[in-house]
Parts: sequence; structure tokens; C-alpha cells
Amino acid sequence: MNEELLRIDNLSVDYKVRDGFLSAVKNASFEIRKKEIFAIVGESGCGKSTIAHSILRLLPEHNEIIKGQIMFKGKDLNQATEKELEAVRGKQIGMIFQNPLDSLNPVYTTGKQVEEGILIDKIPREEAWNRVIEMYKDVKMPDAERRAKSYPHELSGGMRQRVMIAMMLARDPNLLIADEPTTALDVTIEAQILRLIKQLRDEYGTAVMLITHNFGLVAEIADYVAVMYAGMIVETGTVYDIFDHPMHPYSSLLMKALPRMTKKEGRLTTIDGSVPRLTSDKPGCRFANRCPFAKERCFNEDPDIRKISETHNVRCFLEKGVDVR
Amino acid sequence: MKEAQIELTHVKKYFEITKGIIKQKKTYVKAVDDVTMTINKGEIVGLVGESGSGKTTLARVILNLTKPTGGTVIFDHVDLSKATKQEKKEFHTKVSVVFQDPASNLNPRETVQSSIMRPLVIHGVPKAEAREKAKETLDMVKMDQRYLNSYPHQLSGGQLQRIAIARALAMNPKIMILDEPTSALDVSVQAQILNLLLDLQEKFNLTYLVITHDLNVIRYISDKIAVMYLGRLVEFGPTEEVTQNPKHPYTQGLMAAAPILDPHLRGRKEYIMKGEPGSLVNLPEGCHFHPRCPFATDRCKTTAPGGYLLSDEHKVACHLCEQEAVGIDREVFPDSTK
Repeated sequence: MNEELLRIDNLSVDYKVRDGFLSAVKNASFEIRKKEIFAIVGESGCGKSTIAHSILRLLPEHNEIIKGQIMFKGKDLNQATEKELEAVRGKQIGMIFQNPLDSLNPVYTTGKQVEEGILIDKIPREEAWNRVIEMYKDVKMPDAERRAKSYPHELSGGMRQRVMIAMMLARDPNLLIADEPTTALDVTIEAQILRLIKQLRDEYGTAVMLITHNFGLVAEIADYVAVMYAGMIVETGTVYDIFDHPMHPYSSLLMKALPRMTKKEGRLTTIDGSVPRLTSDKPGCRFANRCPFAKERCFNEDPDIRKISETHNVRCFLEKGVDVR
Repeated sequence: MKEAQIELTHVKKYFEITKGIIKQKKTYVKAVDDVTMTINKGEIVGLVGESGSGKTTLARVILNLTKPTGGTVIFDHVDLSKATKQEKKEFHTKVSVVFQDPASNLNPRETVQSSIMRPLVIHGVPKAEAREKAKETLDMVKMDQRYLNSYPHQLSGGQLQRIAIARALAMNPKIMILDEPTSALDVSVQAQILNLLLDLQEKFNLTYLVITHDLNVIRYISDKIAVMYLGRLVEFGPTEEVTQNPKHPYTQGLMAAAPILDPHLRGRKEYIMKGEPGSLVNLPEGCHFHPRCPFATDRCKTTAPGGYLLSDEHKVACHLCEQEAVGIDREVFPDSTK
């Protein structure tokens, strides 16, 4: 169970911008074990999608500098050749995106597009089609045979996302990267897709890396969580570590900002200020300017990630952490 | 006794679509189908439902941006369909609206100040006075005066939403319609905007109609919740009753689908609604929800349920609640014998 599948070591991603470099991800480290649902959660622009895209080298070329190691099954994907990566994409690591309509070709039936992936593995056409239908049934697509012959525009948003999941699962990857998979969907459909992802993890044993800004999803299905802020992973731990005992001031304050109560019970906590510019390579904690507990040291030194318990890590100087509750 | 701010009676909004070139056939998209509800003064009412359930169309009808196909909208005892030009103009100063995406509803070529001033100038407020008012409203939304001369592209999403709220406040409205006010925002900014809205509501005793699909936000902010499904109001009642003890099977499914922000409570949901909302074009007979409803009976397939009153303020449109009901909403079913 505790076998490691993906380990990211000191990953930094810099984008070239007009006035220098923008440090989108700085020194990110975490690992995903087999069969685990690992969530990266953070607000927009915190670098969570950049991490996901850099794993499969999907970032715009020549525009970025990736440093660090991306160890997948003992191989460093950051050092891999394009050809080696080709064998990993789809086959070993699948990815689904926020808007399935962007990922589907409008002029082919969805079944054909799912089949295309299966055919790459040199499976005879007839067998491949049967597998498509089988996958459609696995993702609980109503009326699978007919839907496999439908074009993307004939399907609803939820069904399209099911097609994407079927497409990924058809090649039985070890890891599924889901970048905001339910953001475009209604809550009721979201609940169905979440349940599906969970079931598939249990049946196929696929590990899932879930990229989201929605803490509700995290609370619902994640095993492990990494909280990101301004390109830094500030805290990692089990979902219970993060929700019950957040140690980093940012995660702590965020937990209080979630609307979990009614207005009669009081007002939500807010975090004042805004995210600093990430272009300057100034030392110091990137949350310091908004942190109510910041000391002089926080502005001058980079905090290292610190182990608090077997599962819980935090990037903060505060010894005991903070409990704003 | 609470005073009604807006009374909707049998409000309908149908959109006509014609099919075929030679033999033209008319069908209707029933975006809002017979909605009757009352929003009282100083209340925050949350309107929830899946996409395509008619939430925004209902808001547009209330704002008088589109004419209802049937039914009446009464605002402050004035029937809008019979209102004079003067009354309509007055109405538009009392109702204001904040939309989802703040970046697209502010003119990119106008400064913050002139954006806020615009509605005032249109309604004949002298420029100097309007300028003062712009400063004042910026204070109300807790933004620094230096932003007056900024352009929208220089501001963050949260700041833009504050500007949109400031502009909505400029005319001293009585009711604000907030269409997905925080959907485009991050959690920490969402908290700031929600708190701001609550502060303003308390200060000016405003009435809000908040449209959103985020049930956690609705539970936090609203006094009452109205649930819509395929153009019809299926449940309307006090927030606590609707969230903790939902009566309509659709509301139950919706509440169960809402992500609970606590990992200890995960997996408790037994009931996840199957299927997807149907289309507004081919609406099923009887109750619109019956194809997805696990409890549907033959009666549900033929007769649309009326508004059963579970208490003075809690109204449900479901046959299953008939036994529990203390009465029926006579306004909804004037011919009913019960």
C-alpha cells in the first residue's frame, strides 16, 4: 500500500516574462503513493496547475525553466527524452482537464476518440471497440452503446467528463491527474463524478492527483493534501491533519474563511492584503506580508519544510504553529 | 408583520422557438413556469438550482429587463406591468444588480469613479454631487479613495467586485440582486465579499436576492432559501429548515450533493441523485422532477404538485408532503378543494 509512485523533489518552475523571471513554483516536494488520492489545493495563480503540467511536460516550450526531479516509477521525467515521455503520457499517466469540450474533437464521435487511444496499444479494432463500450459502462454512462456513437455536442457536460475519464482509464494508467475536473459542472453532477473517481480508484487502483481550488472536494475524497500559496507548498498532510490541525497560518486562516456555518454564528475570517509579485527573487516567506504572526525573520529568510508528525509537514518558522480557532 | 418588498404571482417567462421552414411549428422554452413567492423587506433570500433551472431568467424578470409572459411582479405595492414611466424610472433606482464576472460588467475604458457616477448622472444627479457620492460609496465597500482614478485592468477580482457593489449602492437601492456574486472569486476573497455584503445589509436594511449554485455560501448568507428546478419553484422556506430538513426530494438530493467542508463527515451521503436535469423544451408531464425522483408515483407523472404549506413560511411543491401539510398555498391553487 505504501509504495511510492511519484516523487517530486525540489521542483521549481520559472516562466520567462518581460522583466525577468516569474517564479511560478518554488522548491515543491511531495510524493504520491499507489492508490492514493492526493489533492493540491490553492487559490488561483498559486502554481497548482503548473506543477501538474510540468509532470507531463505540457508547458509551453522555451518559455520556462524546470529545475528539480520528477521521479515516476524510478525514472526522472524531467530528464527523459521526448520519446520516453511519449510512452508515459496517456499510458502511465493520464490527465483530464476542467472543460472536457476543449479536449474533445467536435467532428469525431466520442467512442472513436476513446478507441484511438486503445489502438495505439496495437489492439485489434474489433476488440478495441468492445473495450470502448466496456469503458463507457464502467464510467456509468447511461445507454453506453448509443452514447459511444454520439458526437461531443450531443452530450451534456457531465457525460463529456465521463468520456474523458473513460478515455484515460481505457489505457489503464497508474496515475490520473485531474485538473479541476468538476469546476464546470453542477453540484449534483459533481457529486456523481466524484463518486465515480473514488470507485475507479478502488476498482482499478489508479492513484489520483486532484488539482482544485475547492475545499469541499478535498474534504470529500482526498487522502493526502498539499496546500499551495504563491508558488510554494506551505503544508502537506493527511486530509485530517489539514482540516483538524492546520499549522501554517495560511491554511489555518483559509479554514476559517470557508463558509461552514450560518451568519448567526458569526462572521468569516478574512485574509487581508494580496499575493506579492513573484518576479523578484526576494528571500523570505511569501505569505509574510499577509501573515498576522509574521516576525522579522519571516521577511528575510526562506522557511524550510519541517516535519511535525509522520504525515504532516509545514513550511513555517513558528514552532508550535498557529491555531486561530 | 413583515412587509413585502417583492411579490411574484404566477410569474411565467416562455421563450418561443420555431421549428421547420415550411410547416412552422411553435414550441416554448418554459424558462420560468409559474413562480409565486414573496420576498420581505430586509430579508436575504437565496435562490439555488442547477444551471438551466431558470434562476437568472427569474432575476431578469424581477429587474424588469425582460417582460414576463404571464403573472405579475409587484414591487413596493406597484404592479410593474401597469406602472407609469415615472414609476418605472423610480423602480430602477430602487433595484440594483451585481453580476457574476466583475471584469466584464465594468467598462474597461472608464475609471472607477466614472463607472460609479454613471447611474447617478443618468438619473439626473448633478455631477459634483455624483462625484461626492462615488467617494462615499467607495468608503462603504472599504476601498481606498486612491482607486477612484484606476481602470478595471489595474484591479484584482475582489476589488472589481467591490467596485461593482459600490456602483450598485450608489442609487441607495432597497433591493439588490446578486447573481453569483462570489463564484469567480477565491476562498479568502469570497469571505471578504460575503462579510461586506452582510455588513451593508445590516447597515442599510437592504433586501437581497442572492443567486448561486454554491450551497455553502447560501447557507451562510441567507435567511430563506428558494430552490428552483426546471423553471418551477420546488421549495421555499427558512434556511435552517431547508438545509437541515429538506422536504422536496430534489432539495434533498441537492443538499446531499453539496460538498461538506469536513472530512470526518465524508461518505455519509447515501442518496446521490441520478441522471441529469432534462431540457426545458420537452418538459415532462406532471411534476418536472418525476423522471429523476426515486419516490415518484403515478400521480406525479400526471399532476403537477401544488404548493403545500408545512408552516407559515415553508412551502413545498411535492405530492409526498400532502399528508404533513398544514394547508395549501391558496394563491397557487385557487381552485383546489382542500
